[in-house]
Amino acid sequence: MTDRPLAVEMIDITKSFPGVVANHDVNLSVKLGEIHAVIGENGAGKSTLMKILYGMQAADEGTIRIDGNEVDFRSPRDAIADGVGMVHQHFMLADNFTVLENIVLGAEPRSGIQLDFGEARASINQLGETYGLDVDPDALVETLTVGARQRVEIIKVLYRGATILILDEPTAVLVPQEVDELFSNLQEITGEGETVIFISHKLDEVLQVADTITVMRDGTTVATVYPEDVDTGQLAELMVGSELPTPETTESTVTDVSQIAVSGLNAENEYGRPVLTDISFDVHRGEIIGIAGVEGNGQAELIDAMMGIHPITSGSISLAGVDITAWSTKRRREAGIGIIPSDRHRQGMLLLAPLWENAMLGHQTTPPFAKGPWINRSGARERTTEIIERFDVKTPGPDVLAAALSGGNQQKLIVGREMIAQPGALIAAHPTRGIDVGAQAAIWDELRQARADGLGVVLISADLEELIGLSDSLLVIYAGEIVAELDPQEVTPEVLGAYMTGLGEVEPV
Amino acid sequence: MKKFLLSLLAPAVAIVFALAVASLALLATGTNPLDAYQLMWEFGTTSTSIASTVNRAIPLYISAVAVAIGFQMGLFNIGVEGQYLLAALFAGYVGGSIVLWAPLHVAVVLLVAIIVGALWAGIAGVLKTTRGVHEVISTIMLNFIAFSVIAYLLFNNFNNDPTALNLKTPPLPESALIPNLNWVFTALGFSEPRGTEMEGFLFIAIAVGIFYYLLVDRTRFGFELRASGLNPGSSLMAGVNPKRMINITMLISGGIAGLVGLSTMMGNLGAYTQDFPRQLGFTGIAVALLGRNNAVGMAFGALLFGFLDRSALILDLNDIPKEVVQIMQGVIVLSVVIAYEVVNRWIATREIKAAALATREMDDEAEAVAA
Repeated sequence: MTDRPLAVEMIDITKSFPGVVANHDVNLSVKLGEIHAVIGENGAGKSTLMKILYGMQAADEGTIRIDGNEVDFRSPRDAIADGVGMVHQHFMLADNFTVLENIVLGAEPRSGIQLDFGEARASINQLGETYGLDVDPDALVETLTVGARQRVEIIKVLYRGATILILDEPTAVLVPQEVDELFSNLQEITGEGETVIFISHKLDEVLQVADTITVMRDGTTVATVYPEDVDTGQLAELMVGSELPTPETTESTVTDVSQIAVSGLNAENEYGRPVLTDISFDVHRGEIIGIAGVEGNGQAELIDAMMGIHPITSGSISLAGVDITAWSTKRRREAGIGIIPSDRHRQGMLLLAPLWENAMLGHQTTPPFAKGPWINRSGARERTTEIIERFDVKTPGPDVLAAALSGGNQQKLIVGREMIAQPGALIAAHPTRGIDVGAQAAIWDELRQARADGLGVVLISADLEELIGLSDSLLVIYAGEIVAELDPQEVTPEVLGAYMTGLGEVEPV
Repeated sequence: MKKFLLSLLAPAVAIVFALAVASLALLATGTNPLDAYQLMWEFGTTSTSIASTVNRAIPLYISAVAVAIGFQMGLFNIGVEGQYLLAALFAGYVGGSIVLWAPLHVAVVLLVAIIVGALWAGIAGVLKTTRGVHEVISTIMLNFIAFSVIAYLLFNNFNNDPTALNLKTPPLPESALIPNLNWVFTALGFSEPRGTEMEGFLFIAIAVGIFYYLLVDRTRFGFELRASGLNPGSSLMAGVNPKRMINITMLISGGIAGLVGLSTMMGNLGAYTQDFPRQLGFTGIAVALLGRNNAVGMAFGALLFGFLDRSALILDLNDIPKEVVQIMQGVIVLSVVIAYEVVNRWIATREIKAAALATREMDDEAEAVAA
């Protein structure tokens, strides 16, 4: 074994984006023919690392070797040429094409100028047989189940000659039986000598299927372990870090007046699958309730439901005791619900509009931004200047385009516009994501101050330091359900990690 | 000031480019381009031509504004054509069937046109918000339906004289006509236009432009409109109801579209006729693109198109193919669209670089202070 080169070797990879270091000093060694899991929380840098390996992004520093040869991928095309293929989390299939057409799309077999489907069909059947990937080449993709679509994606990659498969969170979209099926497929694939890199944040799955596990945290690889040597508790600890921050021992300002509350909230996605199940909590004046959870477990839907954007099937939402379940988003905002959205570019900003217009977004109907039906331009500019000064937004002035600002400064503008409006309730999703430590501390102070003044906050964050440091009470959301209510003063990383990954209560080791 | 000059760069580049292409076309037909341009300029700057140019520009401008309102939030109203024709037919019929005190009569005609245009466009809005039908598809289809409805009504119900060769609605009485502006020429010391009356509807077009500017740039509604166009997701979080915005925008766009045909009808024509001017809705799209949805920019665009249309007439008389002018119009629009993209990207990059530099200096200062 030892004399054979490693299938993939990534050495000291570093990649930074403006304002954020996504990967630093990452080292990954994947042996030939193994299933290698890369696990870590959202934002730990897994996806960036895989995008670098697949040639979608170039690393700033570091070396990549495939089968012992140093490579420099400029595009996925280069990666595929060297046998590296990727199955994306979101399928890239044309619904109204057949399986066969989808698989050959972009790599069409020709005889002369004609497409040669016969040969393609033969090789797809061959692939299906070899790897136990069962699909009908002539079925329309739109008729397939999610699991079958994923098999098509896998065949697509194998058809292009990949011997190293990267699967980005392949189980996120699957139901349990489909997961089992996928795992047996993966085992057959590696049994034939191919290599699989499997990205996940679900500990039990990883332990079940992987031969080797590399754990990432905060943009770097922190450990490589074998499933037989670790248990879920240890793995969870590796993932979230061995030491949880100690919460600041500030005096509790929690009152018994309800500020924003949801009760028995249920919601479905567009396919009728439940995404929120029986969510209830009550945020009092002067209280911050933290919601921990791996991204994609219903947080986005919860925020949208509270804002009146995502429809709910049952349950109610109240603001300071008033039932607002039937209110429009605008009415909720006018009534004093502030929102720091999780994706600032998609939900929080108008990148091609000046800062002062961004500062009024969401507050466009209230003074100082509005004067009756009119916009108060000078009032808006003054308020923007105030935000810029108080929240230390680095900008030449209120008239530059939002796109001109760095991500951190954009975030400060968003936080500033919400805080300065003195909301009664605030829904804050990753309020300090992507901003520097100093500004982060300043925003935390603002939140604490507002809490002391009676603000009720729902804090959704992937940053445990933030969650534990700010929250009066900690809820864990998993698969659309609140699975635990924890005391931030006493919680341990093992317990938090276990709940966040859906393991429930774990016995202390 | 610098910003203003920069904003003129793109159209200037586009017009020069279009002139170059048109010159090539003229050369290919064996004409000296300079001669042709000189002819066009001399003919196009007479009082009569100016009146005619303005008359052509008025409906194009209103049409462009109607399209631009939709563009501001990413809606493409291709149905201005059907909306204005249908609106003009109803307005002409109603206006020709009653006699009122003049200002009130004019107001009634305008109102009928606005309502009919708005309702017709509103169908597309409702189809989009309730059934998800793309507005491009529905407005195109509504155009065809409008054409047939107009033909039917004009033939069966709304005409003045069923035996006439050119069917028309009952002629608008004096009280529904808007007086012409030829006195402006004599007042300014120019010769009076001959055989053409510069339409008094010009003032309404200017009012439409001012309304558009105020609505889009100065009101909360306009802000929400632009915000939905720039980023639907952020607008949703900000409490902007996208469906409501689509419906209202289609209504306003259609209402303005309803006015497009009235300048001619309440000026020179005096009725809705079977040979009522067409294509204004489609050309309005080009003018909106040319003026980049800017109230003043579209006015220049409309005047340019009006001037080209008018001055092209002289080419025929000199055996020069006047289609050259159409080529020019097409190339201007295309190159404006491209030039704007290029120039704006250049401006945006400059601005972003400048801002980045400025903030970096701030950081450095802060660090220096801290140290």
